Amino acid sequence: MIWRVEIKDKESVFDAAGESILKDIEDLGIRSVENVNVEQIFLINSQASAAQIQKICKQLLVDPIVQDYTCSQKAAPTRVKSKNIKVIEIAYNPGVMDPVEESTLKGIRDLGIANVTSVRTAKKYLLHGKPTPKELNIIVSRVLSNKLIQHVVQPDAKKAKKVSSSKKKEKVQVHLVELLSASDRELIRLSGEGQLFLNFNEMKAIQKHFTKLGRNPTDCELETIAQTWSEHCNHKTFRGNIEYVTEEKGKTKTQHIKNLLKTTIVKATEEINAPWCVSVFHDNSGVIKFDNEDNICFKVETHNHPSALEPFGGANTGIGGVIRDALGTGLGAKPIANTDVFCFAPPHLSFKDLPEGTLHPKRVMKGVVNGVRDYGNKMGIPTVNGAIIFDKGFVGNPLVYCGTVGIMPKDKVKKKANKGDLIVALGGRTGRDGIHGATFSSGELTEESETVSSGAVQIGNPIQEKKVLDVILQARDAGLYTSITDCGAGGFSSAAGEMGAEIGCRVYLEKTPVKYDGLSYEEIWISESQERMVVSVPKKNLKKLLAIFENENVEATVIGEFTSTKRLELFYKDVQVCDLEMAFLHDGVPKITKKAHWSVAKEKPLTLACPKSLTDRLKSTLSHYNVCSKENVIRRYDHEVQGSSVVKPLVGPSCDGPSDASVIKPKFNSKKGVAISNGINIRFGMIDPYWMAASCIDEAIRQIISVGGKLNHIAILDNFCWGNPDKPDRLGSLVRCAQGCYDTAVGFKTPFISGKDSFYNEYAEKGRTHSIPGTILISAFGVVDDIKKCVTMDFKQEGNLIYVIGETFDELGGSVYLDVLGKLGSQVPKVDIKKAMKKFSALEGAIAKKIVKSSHDCSEGGLAVAVAEMAFGGGLGAAVSLKKVPFIGKKRNDKILFSESNSRFIVEVEPANQKKFEQALKGVCFSVIGRVKPEKELTVYGLDEKLCIKESIQSLKESWKQTLRW
Amino acid sequence: MAKNVKAIVLRTAGTNCDQETAFALKDSGAQVDVVHIGQVFSREKKLKDYHILAIPGGFSYGDDIAAGRILANELRLKLGKDLKKFIDDGKLIIGICNGFQILVKAGLLPGVNGKTKSSSVQQATLMTNDSAKFEDRWTHLKVSGDCIWTKDIGTMVYFPVAHGEGKFICKNKNIAKSIVDNRQIVFRYCTQDGNDPVYPENPNGSKDHIAGITDTTGRILGLMPHPERHYSFTQHPFWTRLSKKGRYGDGAKVFQNGVNYVKENLL
Repeated sequence: MIWRVEIKDKESVFDAAGESILKDIEDLGIRSVENVNVEQIFLINSQASAAQIQKICKQLLVDPIVQDYTCSQKAAPTRVKSKNIKVIEIAYNPGVMDPVEESTLKGIRDLGIANVTSVRTAKKYLLHGKPTPKELNIIVSRVLSNKLIQHVVQPDAKKAKKVSSSKKKEKVQVHLVELLSASDRELIRLSGEGQLFLNFNEMKAIQKHFTKLGRNPTDCELETIAQTWSEHCNHKTFRGNIEYVTEEKGKTKTQHIKNLLKTTIVKATEEINAPWCVSVFHDNSGVIKFDNEDNICFKVETHNHPSALEPFGGANTGIGGVIRDALGTGLGAKPIANTDVFCFAPPHLSFKDLPEGTLHPKRVMKGVVNGVRDYGNKMGIPTVNGAIIFDKGFVGNPLVYCGTVGIMPKDKVKKKANKGDLIVALGGRTGRDGIHGATFSSGELTEESETVSSGAVQIGNPIQEKKVLDVILQARDAGLYTSITDCGAGGFSSAAGEMGAEIGCRVYLEKTPVKYDGLSYEEIWISESQERMVVSVPKKNLKKLLAIFENENVEATVIGEFTSTKRLELFYKDVQVCDLEMAFLHDGVPKITKKAHWSVAKEKPLTLACPKSLTDRLKSTLSHYNVCSKENVIRRYDHEVQGSSVVKPLVGPSCDGPSDASVIKPKFNSKKGVAISNGINIRFGMIDPYWMAASCIDEAIRQIISVGGKLNHIAILDNFCWGNPDKPDRLGSLVRCAQGCYDTAVGFKTPFISGKDSFYNEYAEKGRTHSIPGTILISAFGVVDDIKKCVTMDFKQEGNLIYVIGETFDELGGSVYLDVLGKLGSQVPKVDIKKAMKKFSALEGAIAKKIVKSSHDCSEGGLAVAVAEMAFGGGLGAAVSLKKVPFIGKKRNDKILFSESNSRFIVEVEPANQKKFEQALKGVCFSVIGRVKPEKELTVYGLDEKLCIKESIQSLKESWKQTLRW
Repeated sequence: MAKNVKAIVLRTAGTNCDQETAFALKDSGAQVDVVHIGQVFSREKKLKDYHILAIPGGFSYGDDIAAGRILANELRLKLGKDLKKFIDDGKLIIGICNGFQILVKAGLLPGVNGKTKSSSVQQATLMTNDSAKFEDRWTHLKVSGDCIWTKDIGTMVYFPVAHGEGKFICKNKNIAKSIVDNRQIVFRYCTQDGNDPVYPENPNGSKDHIAGITDTTGRILGLMPHPERHYSFTQHPFWTRLSKKGRYGDGAKVFQNGVNYVKENLL
């Protein structure tokens, strides 16, 4: 029997959720809705008595202080026949994770009520007003629901269809794929139909392998190979061969690159050979030394495609996945910080400018931020650093980068599964989540029998993962397992496959705990259900391990064992469904040669007049999406949980100045810290990806230096998001970017320790495909010796001297200043690494001597934005003279103010420390350019010594804050 | 009982401020056990062996249904008697953020008619912020009331909040009046100068700007802001511009008060 409980706020209570939905509706330009109320619906499938249901309502579901409820014996909502009110009920599609259901069942059991079989939830929206049917449709599809995971529940529908839950008891059938006799055309067809994404050469190699074996592969074998060989797991573009043609001044040069990854990113790290690099590239994240007891690790992942379809779920499972990367590094690291960097289309874009099938960027942004907020906050990991970049090029393909920093004892880095160790799956159960093309229905409580493809999108369950984290760290410290990894893309297939790559493993798929009956062996093997990890456990430790997990209600199950056969053997109910050589699986992928092309563009001088007053230009630069305050997003994340924050993302007396790097202190009884930053600048890449890479590395490093980090203890991560690498122009810019990475990293001696690539970020429109702007994100973290010496960016005291460190060049190319004027320019900022290193070391020394009161790096918006931010961040004024700014080239006020030349800082020093400071900066380009002022305004004197900017800091701050205030 | 001040930091699925809360108590001189609630149910650990019970922040059971609801029920139904005994023995409880939500929803705060009863019904609630958003921000708090945890803490303190459901509402006017009359309101959001706040100084729309309350004994404290996140000086959001440097932040006094109270009264 189904009981329907409807819960609503009491009359006098302010409905905050309704209010926020009303705002979203108004954002769509719909004015016909006057008010919105939200009600929570629970559908309880139970044999419980009416009294028991009342008890569940009163003691569990309803807050007696602020809520009322009704309770009835029906599944569907009642039709409302009011003219002035529209009622829409939204529920999750069958099979979509709804963590509330699980918790509610637990809560009901706690009340001593045992006869409840299932619970489902829904939300009811009461829209007061008279929206037209068309408006209503828009509201439902753009605000209230996403049809990939949710549906509208129809009122007064007939009783729910009974879904048969009887177990199929038919004999296990092994499905063989007819490969041996397949023609070339059939091979291509097989790959397409099976959604294997294998190219012809790869299919041919598989055919050859099985011809040698004299048998056809099973479906499971073919899927396993497809996953292992996928771009996602195998990085075929980066590891393959590339014929790279460059064109410069009419001359053509051809270069044959064997393995782009090894010859750029990895090579840089090998050449730098930093003694504090502990584990690079081969584990789930890169590991470096923190202090004499502990190491720290860092990994940044992308989750672009899922976030485009279902922003909340995509970002949610994205952050969930990268947290498991930390947890699956070495024998497990404790996550201590998250980072997030997003690229969206501008939120003001009109709906008619959206390509078909894409969500509006504002909705994407809200959903993504909410997804990260939900998972990160519930995991109790502070989200301390990030960036949001806006460009129309991301309209079809938003980018969502999520990163996690972890800490682990130094003796927990090495892992190795041994022959005879048991394969233990733990955490969430396995379902059909993330299986391409899989459709299913398991509607228990609703009339829904709609079949859905749950494959593409998932919703995470952060509390499940938090439970896993809690028990894993206990089991790690007790030394109960020999290796661990997470189930990410590819599920068990990649997790067990990787752990057993050297020795072999045998898995009994029917032992896997599943969410519901009816999964095939293949589905179990490749499912990408969230919140699952795999550990290898020596038999003697099993009992202890299981006890730890049981104590905290985390499911753990032996599903197989590691062997010495060097084979991947899978069984389902005693039938062998997969028998592959590990060697073929991991090394059998044929190398391909792709073509890449890059032509070096000429720099063109800028044709643009410089107005006398630059106040308005400064204000519009501050208001630019890529510069403006991200406070409204930052505050949605708990950036202080774990009690570790030292330099927060927002600093200054009003807690709203934009910090450079963030600093956390991961150990309560140590003064050591970790500084975390990122560099990203797509507009430089539109001119030259080489200098984009160099600039991003420079930016990430200088931010860490700016807060008090050490140049010789900074590690970086690369994340490439590009279009289709099979197209020579896309691949050419990628190669160019990777070369920039190599040169700059080696120059700065900052090793790459981990990375990730995401390709095919393109969408089709009117028969043409558009690529995102090739985007590299450089994430950096470094060790801070004494957090008490850290420096923030807000001006501290009137009368102090303002210095600029570093030369400014005629480099407006790719600047925000030009973007505001609708131009890109061509003079992209370069990096002079030798000079930059001297500046970084000198500033590092001055900060260590405690003679720097504040420091801020010059990035988007250049010197002007840096000084303005320091002024309003500190609630103080400043007066600056452009004549004093060291500038190379033909001087002009706007070029000095807004060029985004690299390796520069604005630094505040007390007059009493002038000598000491200048001594510390000996040999480096610097200059006093002004003073901090008590008058709360920014005044800038131009080259003619006349005022070119004069504005109150309050007004500048408002320009900077208003852009994303929604 | 041993001569040490013993504190239990209770955690369950979704608790996430346990380590920093344990550190604050430990650094203040207590011997601290971080205990999973399952260990209490199984009697492996007993409440009666401790002087201080801390329920830290987090999202117990995901805060599904409503913040703190499921753990509140567990405490009420499975540990009701033990908790009553704990309180009757003159011991201390602190609930921070999710812990406060749990204490209120379990009926332990503000207590019924001026009395704390472990089996009492809910008299107030903490509901969705008026902004409908989770927000992490620092708040100025005005100190009042009679509570052992805030002894000599000064007239104003500065703690961060980080929650989505922190709007405090009493069931009715009588209860709202009684917590004023009984001096049970311990923290109120205020402006930097101590005046009546508006959003975002009052981050959630709490009635009477209430941020934290105590029971009538003054020994149970519940608050939405996080004193453990301002235990150390360098947790202050702009410590780099403060002239007075030191080791502790405003929140340290709360934990030191708790530990000292036990030393003076219960050992």
